[in-house]
Amino acid sequence: MKYFHLVWAALFRRKARTIFTLLSVLAAFLLFGLLDSVHTAFAKAGDNVSGVDRMVTVSKVSFTMQLPKSLLPRIENIPGVKAVIYANWFGGVYQDPKNAFANEAVSPNFFEVYTELVLPADHARAFAATRTGAVVGAALVNKYGWKIGDKIPLQASIFPQKDGSNIWTFDLVGIYEARDPKQRAMEQVMFFRWDYFDEARQFGNGNVGWYIEHLTDHTRSDEVAKAIDALSANSEHETKTQTEQAFNAAFVGQFGDIGLIVGSIMAAVFFTLVLLTGNTMAQAVRERIPELAVLKTLGFTNRGVLSLVLAESILLILLGGVLGLVCAALTVSALQTSMGAQIPMSQVGGAIWLRGVLLMIGIGLLIGVLPALRGMRLRIVDALAGR
Amino acid sequence: MVTEDFEKETHMRKILEVILSFGIMLTALVGVIALLVVLPWWLLPVLVLLLVVWMASTRYGHQTRSVTWIGLSSLTQRLGSSSVVVIGIAGVVGVLVALLAMAEGFQATMQQTGSEDTAIAVRAGSMAELNSVLMREDIMLIAQASGVKKAPSGQPIASAELIVGASLVKKSNGLDANVEIRGVGAHVWEIYPNAHIVAGRLFTAGMNELIVGKGAHEQFAGNDIGATLILNNQQWKVVGIFDSGDAHDSELWGDADVVASVFRRGSSRSSVTVRLTDADAFDTFKAALSGDPRLHVDTKTTRDYYSEQSEQLTRLIRILGTTIGVIMAIGAVFGALNTMFAAVATRAREIATLRAIGFRGLPVVVSVMLETMLLALAGGVLGAAIAWLVFDDYTASTLGSSFSQVVFAFKVSPALIWNGLKWALAIGFLGGLFPALRAAQLPVTTALREL
Repeated sequence: MKYFHLVWAALFRRKARTIFTLLSVLAAFLLFGLLDSVHTAFAKAGDNVSGVDRMVTVSKVSFTMQLPKSLLPRIENIPGVKAVIYANWFGGVYQDPKNAFANEAVSPNFFEVYTELVLPADHARAFAATRTGAVVGAALVNKYGWKIGDKIPLQASIFPQKDGSNIWTFDLVGIYEARDPKQRAMEQVMFFRWDYFDEARQFGNGNVGWYIEHLTDHTRSDEVAKAIDALSANSEHETKTQTEQAFNAAFVGQFGDIGLIVGSIMAAVFFTLVLLTGNTMAQAVRERIPELAVLKTLGFTNRGVLSLVLAESILLILLGGVLGLVCAALTVSALQTSMGAQIPMSQVGGAIWLRGVLLMIGIGLLIGVLPALRGMRLRIVDALAGR
Repeated sequence: MVTEDFEKETHMRKILEVILSFGIMLTALVGVIALLVVLPWWLLPVLVLLLVVWMASTRYGHQTRSVTWIGLSSLTQRLGSSSVVVIGIAGVVGVLVALLAMAEGFQATMQQTGSEDTAIAVRAGSMAELNSVLMREDIMLIAQASGVKKAPSGQPIASAELIVGASLVKKSNGLDANVEIRGVGAHVWEIYPNAHIVAGRLFTAGMNELIVGKGAHEQFAGNDIGATLILNNQQWKVVGIFDSGDAHDSELWGDADVVASVFRRGSSRSSVTVRLTDADAFDTFKAALSGDPRLHVDTKTTRDYYSEQSEQLTRLIRILGTTIGVIMAIGAVFGALNTMFAAVATRAREIATLRAIGFRGLPVVVSVMLETMLLALAGGVLGAAIAWLVFDDYTASTLGSSFSQVVFAFKVSPALIWNGLKWALAIGFLGGLFPALRAAQLPVTTALREL
């Protein structure tokens, strides 16, 4: 540590060059931070601690097919199942198809199971008392400037009302929030009552889109899943039950291999970065060979010189990289505040920082090792003579 | 007093210089962005030609030629650092072209799917076929509407189709993915003239048989000819593979009546697609449907329908691709700046000597710029070539707008490659401009005195 100022001085020996290199490193790690944030958001979709004791039951044929509601009491009777939610995708559109947000009809016990969403008690009572009531996430409410008591018209894309009308009007009676601010993305949904939905819709009555089972003990999930699927085996509506995580992972996987795309881009970026900064480091050391020789003359060991050069290259990458990740973190939070939490990006948190810093140190070592060896092996006499 | 004035003057000059270089930077940025947006491909040869004429016919041109030649012939001595520019720019262009090729391929697949002389009708407000339900009466009314072409037998060419989803396993990641099963009617081959059987045979009407689109066959496991799929607790035999060269390649087709009975849809269907007498007949057809009080349907030409379905995703990929490209390009500009400044620094004495024997500033600027642009162009060509070799016709699938998979192929078109080259040239321009100006402004005496 006592040589820090020496390393620092060496790093900024040529200010312009170092600043340009830092900016290149910054750009690379800004991109790393943004892409890793997207990747994390996809990889972790629904992957929250509270979700491990929940399972999702959908039609085995396709999750777009409905299941009969008659399964409900039979699923509830399965040992290990604490509570069962049922829900329907509604797919309603608010004003313009561009205003895409999820809207679902849910059973009354929804918020009792999804404890990561907080609905104030008076709002919950109002929801239970209002047939046409709807409960909306705080982020969505802010986005459209709604308030309690507003009437929200949705145009149905799947389910018309009995009279053939496509317009469903809901009363906003409650606003829920995510318990954990990191899960703001969950505040983008509008829920309304399944009983009203089922009574008013033109077709499909008595069917639900999916069931969600809350388990007493998540270690029994395999066993419970088998028992649930056995209920409908060989019937016309066979089911497929899996943990919420597995379901979300499969759903996200349908978009494509985000990991592969992100990985390929980052490989291209870092390959370029290593060449670029490696070249700069080699150049910087080449220019300073006589200085390194002086250091050795003063009594610096071979290893000392080696570590000085390595420290310099790691410092270079760390400086640029940390600035890049800071920029990425700022960008992500700016995007999230301006566009709402619906963009698939997770905050630049501990895991991304850890990966980033490890990468920085790795790249720093990689680009520093050749120049450092060169510095270590130089012979004082030759170097001082400029040979 | 005198020194004070002198200091003041140098101070003023420094401020002026900063303002000037800032101005140059802004102008360069604006100029380059304008270049990026508007430059048509034929302008490049014209510019090159002008440059060649200038170099061949004027005094400055001659000077530029010699300086450039010296620079280029000493390039091999600076191979390491010059290749950094080439590879850096190749990375930017490669990633950019690959990402835009994804958007282009998806859009092309969706747009090819439709045509101007077929129209699709779905229930009002449903936006996608999967959401739509049409009853038997609706289907009859739609098929009989004016504007629909009649077959020689006198029957209208209309296909009432039923869309249901099925879970198949995606080969690439082993996870379940939702695939569209399209129950089709007798007129299907007249509605989709591009589609034809490429292996096996057509399904037999009334049987639990399916034909698989070429894309679906490649992307999903377990649907070879002869395989049995269990859908809705019934066995379905795969009897053929069809190729339509568009989004229908991602689907499985079966007899609409069989699909309807197995999936308990009775006589209802999802959509009706009709062949119009000609492209102009769409307005007649649309007016006929909206004028009928018994019908609540939305209708579009199939071209519009499928284009709209690709709009959102295509835009998203384009925005993402461009953002990533811009960030990478910024990194590459600084890399190029570093390399070219170093190149100018190593050639400082040589350039100063040239200046001392009477070469002017402009040829020096132009020659450094030319060198950078050539390196950038090489990088652009390399990047575009890699993107083309690896990604042209690379097939992938993603979630389309009706919650089911759409298989598409990346498309590295000439326009995209040109786009990538424009980016390369812009990066080269920005990365070369300041080193070039520096080279021209080098004070001759100090540069000559330097070691």
